[in-house]
Amino acid sequence: MDLMSFFRAKKPATAQLARDRLMVAVAWQRDNDGRRNAGPSYLPQLREELLAVVRKYVQVADGAVQVNVQREDGLEVLEMNIALPDAKTGS
Amino acid sequence: MAKIIVTTSGKGGVGKTTTSASFSTGLAQRGKKVAVIDFDVGLRNLDLIMGCERRVVFDFVNVIQGEANLKQALIRDKNNDNLYILAASQTRDKDALSLEGVEKVLNDLADEGFDYIVCDSPAGIERGAHHAMYFADEALVVTNPEVSSVRDSDRVIGLLSSKTRRAERGEKVREHLVLTRYNPARVEKGEMLSVKDVQDILAIPLLGVIPESPSVLTSSNAGAPVIADPLSDAGQAYQDLVARFLGEERPMRFMTVEKKGLFNKLFGG
Ligand SMILES: Nc1ncnc2c1ncn2[C@@H]1O[C@H](COP(=O)(O)OP(=O)(O)O)[C@@H](O)[C@H]1O
Ligand SMILES: [Mg+2]
Repeated sequence: MDLMSFFRAKKPATAQLARDRLMVAVAWQRDNDGRRNAGPSYLPQLREELLAVVRKYVQVADGAVQVNVQREDGLEVLEMNIALPDAKTGS
Repeated sequence: MAKIIVTTSGKGGVGKTTTSASFSTGLAQRGKKVAVIDFDVGLRNLDLIMGCERRVVFDFVNVIQGEANLKQALIRDKNNDNLYILAASQTRDKDALSLEGVEKVLNDLADEGFDYIVCDSPAGIERGAHHAMYFADEALVVTNPEVSSVRDSDRVIGLLSSKTRRAERGEKVREHLVLTRYNPARVEKGEMLSVKDVQDILAIPLLGVIPESPSVLTSSNAGAPVIADPLSDAGQAYQDLVARFLGEERPMRFMTVEKKGLFNKLFGG
């Protein structure tokens, strides 16, 4: 135990914040460049099928469904993003 | 067959030139015939780090434009007979390079029997960086544990897999992560991204971790790559990196805080 650090005011650990922000920034960047969706090969197929399912209920644009695999703490997380169209009045 | 390696990062000031100098010196120390080329046209620096700035007569642009031949422009390193430096032009602008010109120089170097050609990229993702990476077989992606550097490295990794000759041929550029200016004390305090954080985000194999070290500055003051300093932690980390690059197994060092004495434990900062 480091005595001095015991007395020093505890600062928040910002590294975790940096990591979380980077995960998002990098995922966005990769989508935006249309590249390195380095995920498993089933991703495009999964995306197509999800899009078809969503379209049974809501009319969405081709790019409305995004699927990513992220690695976090050794875990693989399948991340899906489905953008619904702006709520229009009178339709 | 000459192997072409680009040292790249996107962001400036992260340690590309420091890495190019030490990496090429380390390869040469292990008997390889190496040429290291400064692609930072207009902002020549590698010559200073290698300590050959007073021997630059002709440069990369002179060779490309046919004003000098390759043999005249290659500067032999003062300590390693099989290491040569090709300086960047200080007076021209970035448009002085062309992909065809770069290709010709690389081919001529390969014909001269060089084992490795190290291309020290300028910052950015514009023409200069593109020229430096386009013909690469392998890439040292130099990254600092800091948000903007990591994001820029990710961009560069994307470019390596799309905007290179290998990518166009459906082949892969072999990527290596070089994490530099690493400060284990700050990592332990949660103030700095860890090796694992950066690896998780960039997802390319780690070749080496170079600690933040005062000896990098003192070495560059003296015009000697830090790898030539056997007492320097950064120098030793670069030695390990080169050995790993050549296929040796070396455990990662300098990734944890050195144990301090009791006095320092109680009162140290
Ligand atoms: N491991 C390190 N420890 C301390 N300072 C470093 C380290 N690596 C690089 N530097 C310093 O960072 C600055 C930028 O390094 P440089 O290699 O010129 O970067 P780049 O070529 O990417 O612009 C220089 O002042 C250099 O001395
Ligand atoms: Mg540089």
